[in-house]
Amino acid sequence: MSRAITEKVSGAASAGESLIIAGRAFSSRLIIGTGKYRSFDEMRAAHAASGAEMVTVAVRRVPLDRSSESFLDHLDPALQILPNTAGCYTAEEAIRTARLAREALETDLVKLEVIGDQTTLFPDNEQTLEAARVLVKEGFVVLPYFNDDLIMAKKLLDAGCAAIMPLAAPIGSGMGVQNPANLRIMREQLPDATIIVDAGVGTASDAAIAMELGADGVLMNTAIAEAADPAKMGTAMKLAIQAGRLAYLAGRMPKRLYASASSPLQGVVK
Amino acid sequence: MRVYVNGEPREINQPLTLAELVVELDLPPARIAIELNRAVVRRNDWSATTLDDEDRIEIVHFVGGGES
Repeated sequence: MSRAITEKVSGAASAGESLIIAGRAFSSRLIIGTGKYRSFDEMRAAHAASGAEMVTVAVRRVPLDRSSESFLDHLDPALQILPNTAGCYTAEEAIRTARLAREALETDLVKLEVIGDQTTLFPDNEQTLEAARVLVKEGFVVLPYFNDDLIMAKKLLDAGCAAIMPLAAPIGSGMGVQNPANLRIMREQLPDATIIVDAGVGTASDAAIAMELGADGVLMNTAIAEAADPAKMGTAMKLAIQAGRLAYLAGRMPKRLYASASSPLQGVVK
Repeated sequence: MRVYVNGEPREINQPLTLAELVVELDLPPARIAIELNRAVVRRNDWSATTLDDEDRIEIVHFVGGGES
């Protein structure tokens, strides 16, 4: 563990330095979604409890048959809004959606999702890369959801993405990190990349594991929204992410197959 | 003439701008965005953009959602 990192941690309030995305600093490493909550009150309480400073929202057609209030009015105005391209299945749809979101929200941030399959909601990496290249050229700060693949990560970074967002498990599955080796390899091979684990977290330990593997942040929705008590789970996630981050920075002990006593071997009463 | 708003056909009997369409649809103008024939029309240009026959208009807003 380098001295610089150790000093950063000891000098920070609890869980270390800021998450930096395209030069913007966030003190929380948790980004959360706004879908599936049972009520707006429940959503607001969960957001507040989680300490998240950024929330993601989806873009959809305005209903024409009824007056609709703005969903955004239900969000704490202090939150950074991260529009996403959820539901898009081609690069073209995602690009159009991102452009519309930028026009409506006056933000250049976009969580890029191009889905390849309805059953798994796995990303279409090829379309994602194509969309990322176009959007970066247009000045977007692109945060792409993709399979946990090092080569794809490199291509997305080469395309100019501000951060990369590998999945932990299928969206909404709550299975947790399915391939810890891939995340660890990605961290080790891309030490300067901002890696945000996106999708598949189910409970607090899953988030902690993602952070212990070296992720810079975690994005989740269902794990909080579908908890019996979303506000309580929001707090749990906040603490898990702080704990996981600290454990990563602290540098864990190596795993051993056999016991290793922590008391002196000499002087035992015989 | 006929235009399509969010995929639904709509008959228009007199010249109509995007700004007037938003009023006619009773939409809150803040934090929505409009695409005309697949290209975004900036808010400042709504009142200068008159619809043509067979135009396809997409009007979007934001909803709760995290991942697809």
